[in-house]
Amino acid sequence: MSTESRSGSGPAQTEEMTVREAIRLALREELERDEDVFLIGEDVGAFGGVFEVTGGLVEDFGEKRVRDTPISEAGFMGAAVGAAATGTRPVVEIMFADFMGVCSEQIINQMAKNRYMFGGKTEMPVTVRTTEGGGMGAASQHSGTLHTWFAHFPGVMAVAPGTPRAAKGLLKSAIRSNDPVFVFENKMIYEQKGEVPLDEDYTIPLGQAKVEREGEDVTVVATQRMVGESLDLAEELDGDISAEVIDLRSLYPLDTDTLVESVKKTGRLVIADESPLSYGTHAEVATRVMENAFYSLDAPVQRVGVADVHIPFSPELENEVLPHGDDVEAAIRRIM
Amino acid sequence: MVAIDIESEEGQREALRRMLTIRAFDTKAGDLFGDGELPGFVHLYIGEEAVAVGACSALEEEDYITSTHRGHGHCIAKGLEPEQMMSELYGKRDGYCNGKGGSMHIADVDAGMLGANGIVGAGPPLATGAALTSHLRGEDTVALAFFGDGAVAQGQIHEAINIAATWKLPAIFLVENNQFGEGTPVEKQHNVQHLSETAEAYNIPGFTVDGMDVTAVFEAVREARKRALNGEGPTFIEADTYRYRGHFEGDQQPYRTKEDVAIWQDRDAIESFKQKLIDAGTITEAEFDEMESEIHDRIEQAAADAKEAPYPDPSEAYEDMFSATVPEINEFARQMRADGGERQ
Repeated sequence: MSTESRSGSGPAQTEEMTVREAIRLALREELERDEDVFLIGEDVGAFGGVFEVTGGLVEDFGEKRVRDTPISEAGFMGAAVGAAATGTRPVVEIMFADFMGVCSEQIINQMAKNRYMFGGKTEMPVTVRTTEGGGMGAASQHSGTLHTWFAHFPGVMAVAPGTPRAAKGLLKSAIRSNDPVFVFENKMIYEQKGEVPLDEDYTIPLGQAKVEREGEDVTVVATQRMVGESLDLAEELDGDISAEVIDLRSLYPLDTDTLVESVKKTGRLVIADESPLSYGTHAEVATRVMENAFYSLDAPVQRVGVADVHIPFSPELENEVLPHGDDVEAAIRRIM
Repeated sequence: MVAIDIESEEGQREALRRMLTIRAFDTKAGDLFGDGELPGFVHLYIGEEAVAVGACSALEEEDYITSTHRGHGHCIAKGLEPEQMMSELYGKRDGYCNGKGGSMHIADVDAGMLGANGIVGAGPPLATGAALTSHLRGEDTVALAFFGDGAVAQGQIHEAINIAATWKLPAIFLVENNQFGEGTPVEKQHNVQHLSETAEAYNIPGFTVDGMDVTAVFEAVREARKRALNGEGPTFIEADTYRYRGHFEGDQQPYRTKEDVAIWQDRDAIESFKQKLIDAGTITEAEFDEMESEIHDRIEQAAADAKEAPYPDPSEAYEDMFSATVPEINEFARQMRADGGERQ
């Protein structure tokens, strides 16, 4: 355990923990804080979630508030929307983002549209947690990165933490928000460790990116697993190339100001995100920067992602298509 | 006020009044649409009034309903005001949704009306969710989903009922079998004779009632509500009914004849209930005429006022997406304005 200073609020306790533990801590704190918060999803109870994120919560909060569901994504997503509209605060778990198609109707036409269609006269405090990303040989139906869909679709917010601290702070903000928020957890970083504030009111406002490492020569805007890999790369390049690494954290709303400020300083931009490249998260980040800092760019914007294919099974193939730190390095070197 | 005692004379007159209000509202809406007064399209509830009124009269104000694209009847039966509904049909600012929803999305969550719904089959999962809220908070409320015969073929209905049944949630699933899913007759969409037979699959009670009989619907929903509040879980009710108008206004209805419609109109829910009340001495012909005339005047006035009511300001198109404004919407709205100026 250690302490750190936070601006304005004095020293705050932190503890080193994994992304998984940070998420579980956020869930536990919010379940304790607000009786209207409840978890709903497949095997979130006694099983503890397929990635063990919700382990132990049913013992402390009971089956009523940590609800195992039938395998009915459309049914329980819709139930969450109806529950939220009537005053409770569901936290839905969709086991793999690849299953979002099964429940998309309730997301697209109900959750996302009700507040607007009803003239602002309903709240929609739904949080949807789901897992994304390849790297464990789970093949195409359990490895996709789909967050661009939800960052694109009007009426929902989307976040994608790259550190344990962000995982806790963003999830707590999502649960406390009166709007639908999707939290995209990359399954390959559940074991990643970092310092996490223990303050029960530690939240990260939705719509704020974070400069995780300052640099002068190039800005790397990364998400999820690519944050850690980009930070490692930046250390390796230190002395040769000074890379600034930003954890985008919030896909929508998007923190244009932090991105623009960084690129105005470095003049170069690399975007590293595990989405397929066409029409992806990368494109939106690039456009925001070009709209606001076009004349600060010294080189073409570079994208690191998946080359518009699905995630294949064979380790040889999977490793081929997934973006890694060396891909970020290659992108940086192309424009230095 | 929605709950009524249908065994009392006052309750029966109120049920009649509500059915007449729905018919007058939708008759006027159809006329206005035909005259090109209303934007978009409208789906009228005429012929099915006994279902909405019978069901909602057995509910309390705090109970929730979900509705369909044919939702005007459900709204009025749940206590929404025709004036604000008419304004919404016109797309005016003082409509229930400030003009953002229109006929197919009228909602008033405070009145327990969780929204008319343009997606067939989307309502029952929402009702399961509203019933879940009731269960979690230990409230004595139920949630009733109205949906059509066409919706019974939708997968999400099955999921919603299975969840509500398994968790014994205080929900009621009420299918309005108006004999057609858009233009396809019910027998070409389902392999069961009565849609209520599907209830067996969930091990919950399933009944078919005469949807042209407001008392029959009321009694079925009253029983279902009791079961729900006793912790016995949901009930599946099928109400056999008929829509007299097309699927939407302008529908040429090649799928049926005028004679088909006449068979059902002969057992019209309002006419038969009116006759029953007159025979019992609950209302006189003159009192009925006065009631009908009052309702007619109210709806005419509502339409006239709605026509004159102000539209929303164009800038309101950028409001209500979230609980607080996100920078994107303001920035993009500014960019998209032809003159590049600030929106007020």
